[in-house]
Amino acid sequence: MQTAIGTDHLDFSVPEPRNALTSKLGSDTTTSWLRDMMLIREFEVRTMQAYQDRKIGGFCHVYIGQEAVAVGTIAALEKKDPLVTAYRDHGHALARGMDPKYCMAEMYGRIGGCAKGKGGSMHMFDRINNLYGGHGIVGAQTPLGAGLAFGTKYIDEVIEKGRSNRVTLCFLGDGALNQGAFHEALNLAGLLELPVIYIVENNGYSMGTAIHRGTTMADSICEKARGYGIRACEIDGMDVLNVYDAMKPLVDEVRETGRPAFVDMRTYRFKGHSMSDPRKYRPREEEEVYESGDPIAKLRDTLMSQGAIDDAGFKALGKEIRLEVRDAMKWAEASPAPTPEEELYRDVYVEAWGPYTGTTEPQMIKECEGTHGQDG
Amino acid sequence: MTRTIEYRDALNEAMSEEMRRDERVFLLGEEVAEYDGAYKVSRGMLQEFGPKRVVDTPISESGFSGMAIGAAMLGLRPIVEFMSWSFSLVAADPILNNAPKMLYMSGGQFGCPIVIRGNDGAGGQLGSTHSWCVEGLYANVPGMKMVIPAFPADAKGLLKSAIRDDDPVFFLESERLLAYKDEVPEEEYLIPIGKALVRRPGTDCTLVSFGRPVHFCLEAAEELAREGISCEVIDGRTIRPLDIDTIVQSVKKTNYCVVVDQSWPFASPGAEIAAQVHAACFDDLDNAVGRVHSADVPTPYASELEQEYLPNARRICEAVRATTYNA
Repeated sequence: MQTAIGTDHLDFSVPEPRNALTSKLGSDTTTSWLRDMMLIREFEVRTMQAYQDRKIGGFCHVYIGQEAVAVGTIAALEKKDPLVTAYRDHGHALARGMDPKYCMAEMYGRIGGCAKGKGGSMHMFDRINNLYGGHGIVGAQTPLGAGLAFGTKYIDEVIEKGRSNRVTLCFLGDGALNQGAFHEALNLAGLLELPVIYIVENNGYSMGTAIHRGTTMADSICEKARGYGIRACEIDGMDVLNVYDAMKPLVDEVRETGRPAFVDMRTYRFKGHSMSDPRKYRPREEEEVYESGDPIAKLRDTLMSQGAIDDAGFKALGKEIRLEVRDAMKWAEASPAPTPEEELYRDVYVEAWGPYTGTTEPQMIKECEGTHGQDG
Repeated sequence: MTRTIEYRDALNEAMSEEMRRDERVFLLGEEVAEYDGAYKVSRGMLQEFGPKRVVDTPISESGFSGMAIGAAMLGLRPIVEFMSWSFSLVAADPILNNAPKMLYMSGGQFGCPIVIRGNDGAGGQLGSTHSWCVEGLYANVPGMKMVIPAFPADAKGLLKSAIRDDDPVFFLESERLLAYKDEVPEEEYLIPIGKALVRRPGTDCTLVSFGRPVHFCLEAAEELAREGISCEVIDGRTIRPLDIDTIVQSVKKTNYCVVVDQSWPFASPGAEIAAQVHAACFDDLDNAVGRVHSADVPTPYASELEQEYLPNARRICEAVRATTYNA
């Protein structure tokens, strides 16, 4: 059996007219998406360097290649909508609005990290931006996603006596398709009519296992969702305009009907599964095919052809982002390590008892609370 | 004023009172609504609170417990009913990896104020897969509290406290106690989590237990009293936090201690309590702490085997006699 997915992972028909919605958006918006994607890319390049320099420990999974997915889907959300994802989560955190310095400091294991350095790369949380993690066990976030949707619906209907008006996005990788938790979550979402969208970031590989080697009906995973009575569609996740164009009506529909949806978001990770992956299971030629469809270059070219940005503007944007990420790294470096006396026994229980010292919120919340507010 | 009600109705009153008081509280699980509860604990609650707050789930423990945890992250206060804690094993990832760790992993951003409750321990001839005592498995995990009441009044007061608690609480009931009737106050009351109770005062040996075996201890104490051995029976009521102070205070008085725990012996709460008593009462003990557990075998089906498997009154009596040099 072939160990690689081949070069036709993105070959499926996209509904026409392509980018009907995004063509009506102003270039300020689409340029901001370019910026967001470039920020994630630069952040992840620097993350890899910091990992090599042993500033970051543990397991670390970078988002390079998949930037259009987080940016395009999150652009279709409202701020009050909850989001939960798996362990390849830096991109979601940044696209959701987390300042890169808190994200980097978390990976550095510093007190200034979004979770005080207690979560690490795989566990990014941001209460102000309604990011409910960062979850390290494959598929574990899928019942949580159902629960966030159950919860917003319950709050809106039972407590606020109104109608359900929030949509939860729950991201998962294609590897999670084979976990029991995923199937239980989809059954519950369909059965209880929960306003959640499951977005499979289908990059074709669960670690080193090509999707057809681990998953039945690998070319039509939407059928799995349909089996649970959930509407499903495929989206080209390598084009942020297309992602938004397909996601916005879907989010609107789920908000309106309260019924769940499922997306087979076709994408490709340009790097390995984690920092220790030599990618022997796929040929370099395959990677080159997908790299030629780089989502950042694609949007840059579109914006240039529209006259929204020129070469000098693009370069200036790149420089600005490099400085921003460099500052984030400096900030992370300067943030102290959490001290065992202060933090080891904190945040285990809300209540202080025995050796446990109760809980306090991280620096990020204290610094952002006034400036953002929580509209959830 | 008190009246006499069943353990199951005490649980029902606790949930119903808290749901009237706080709209964030809801109940979900298998057969909790239309069926009126697999063990009739939630009898009548669907009628009072409606299907949005008393939610029937499919047989899907991993899915619905994970779902409840997601809702708890938003600040809601779900009560998850497991028909049996034996069925929680398929939900190990959400209940052990998510609920007790969410606060820590999010650096204090998201708590998980959930109550997970259901029958724990051997029922009546249910065989090995349906007779789990999960105390030993789960009490090992920091981040959650574990409550295990033996009497209806405690079941009610502790469940109300558990529902109001900001941390996840594993609430261990017993199928064999659901029909047990006892006095329960009529007025509202709470029992704090983490406080043991001296059920029967005594002078010669401290018996420490929690949950259903507390009743075995009281039975054994009656018999031993006839032999002239006066046992002080401590009902631990909660395992995490463990009220070691009440236990130590008693052992310093009696100088002997026998721990009775329905878990298997190896790496169990009973082993932990024995270790803590040895450390805290080293100079007060006149013998090593005795321990009575369920037999270290899968739970058998045959009635004669199951009775002998349990930490029954006869085995407790033997352990007390041996520990106090009265054998």
